[in-house]
Amino acid sequence: MVKCKLKEFAFARSGDKGDGSNVGIFVKTERDYEVLKREVTVERVQKHFAAICKGEITRYEAPNLLALNFLLRDSLGGGGSESLKTDAQGKTHGLALLEMEVER
Amino acid sequence: MRDKVLIGYGQGFWGDSILGPVRLVREGPLDYLALDYLAEVTMSIMQKLKGRNPQAGYATDFVKMLERTLPTIADKGIKVIANAGGVNPQACLEAVLALARKQGIKGLKVGIIEGDDILARIPELQAAGHAFTNMDDGRPLTDVQDRLLSANAYVGAFSVAECLDAGAQIVIGGRITDPALVGGPMIHEFGWGPADYDKLAASTMAGHIAECGAQCTGGNYTDWKSVPDFVHIGYPIIEATPGGAFVVTKHDGTGGLVNRNTVISQLLYEMGDPKRYLGPDCTADFTSAKIEEVGKDRVQLTGIKGGPPTDTYKVSLSYSNGYKATGQLTVSGPEALAKARLCADIVFGRLALDGVTFTESEKLVEFVGAGVCHPGILEAKDPPEVVLRIGVKCGDKNKVDRFGMEMVPLVTSGPPGVTGFAGGRPKATDIVGYWPALLDKKAVQTRVRVEES
Repeated sequence: MVKCKLKEFAFARSGDKGDGSNVGIFVKTERDYEVLKREVTVERVQKHFAAICKGEITRYEAPNLLALNFLLRDSLGGGGSESLKTDAQGKTHGLALLEMEVER
Repeated sequence: MRDKVLIGYGQGFWGDSILGPVRLVREGPLDYLALDYLAEVTMSIMQKLKGRNPQAGYATDFVKMLERTLPTIADKGIKVIANAGGVNPQACLEAVLALARKQGIKGLKVGIIEGDDILARIPELQAAGHAFTNMDDGRPLTDVQDRLLSANAYVGAFSVAECLDAGAQIVIGGRITDPALVGGPMIHEFGWGPADYDKLAASTMAGHIAECGAQCTGGNYTDWKSVPDFVHIGYPIIEATPGGAFVVTKHDGTGGLVNRNTVISQLLYEMGDPKRYLGPDCTADFTSAKIEEVGKDRVQLTGIKGGPPTDTYKVSLSYSNGYKATGQLTVSGPEALAKARLCADIVFGRLALDGVTFTESEKLVEFVGAGVCHPGILEAKDPPEVVLRIGVKCGDKNKVDRFGMEMVPLVTSGPPGVTGFAGGRPKATDIVGYWPALLDKKAVQTRVRVEES
């Protein structure tokens, strides 16, 4: 196994959900999906997004898509039109997750 | 019954490019054109416009789009489904009929769907025992009742199908769910019933993939370097079939790409629990779909499973929740970041001198270029310049406007290298609060009506 960043083999998309965001991440092979499930845990995502996400994180699995979906609560500084942030809709949170380093 | 129906999605949100629908009707075969013009804050803006002018309160962009496309749409017999009615579908219908007459198009049938706008009915519904408790935080509606701006139920695809069954070529709704703009034509064409849950789930997935326009054809795609010809990016077309299986594609010769990855990317957009995607017509299981590339720019989805919907509609209410303003200016190096930090302290320090203070949660300071999008993950320690962006929010409009007056003075009374101030003083704008709730489906009845040019 070697250390590498998720952006070297995974894809992501994110957007807003209420005052939080969702981050979907997926890969192209079953083997990489095992890496994703093992490495990208709720605990690691919580740590990775410590400066962004102030609420709890939930992980869902979609094996047919070789995907994981994370709900990050309280990650937009208010959400909708209330947030003052540049990325008030969490559009870039997916790319932020792809910066995570994993053992592959 | 046709064995295949082509449904294009030409407008992913309010503000999307007019070239989407203009090119979809021109550049290849198409049976239906679906268009989304609403966002959560849009309804509150439309209610305000309607309050000032009874003929306003719908998406005027829709009529502008039709000015360019209606002759082709009428000529080719393309049917149009849009939630452009906002809070005034009748006024939108009249504007479209007037346009058709002006263009000499006779016999164009335009239909509307009404009943989703429940703002005026809130007191009556409350008296009947409907609480509108906030789904996210459990607060009672009485907390914001005197500040309500809009209230709409998210209605489903059967109202769209009913309007098509009544003969409409142009269907104008209010708060129809985005996927229902795609599901309505399928129900109408293939005669699906309310208990055809697997087929309705397939239409929901198709609608979810298409509802952001080019976001499934290469837009916002992680591997952006592999996307050809962004300029001519093709908008999505769903090839629907009576059994529920469908293909996601785009017109030949257009830019962008459709493959397994672009489709999965969009399936994950704004996703909650992928096993339980809740809609007004069914509950869709996104983990049941088999997704295969079946040709160049062709991705097929089969085997989708669904279940019954819940007995409630999701309701989106909005309310006035104070004021906000943001302003920005550019600070150059050397030591851009340190100088920008000082600038922010100067602004709030001077406001305090004048008796204007904000709590921590009422203000935000960002240094764009130094790591605003991915704080703690990707940051620049000494960028050659940064954009200082300051925002405040609170219930006192005067305080927010007073903040806006302390940005520009930094150019001459702060550290050196402050520039790039454009757009005048930041002014207070309304904050629209979003209030999601559930409402018993029995309390909402939609109605359709069709008129002819």
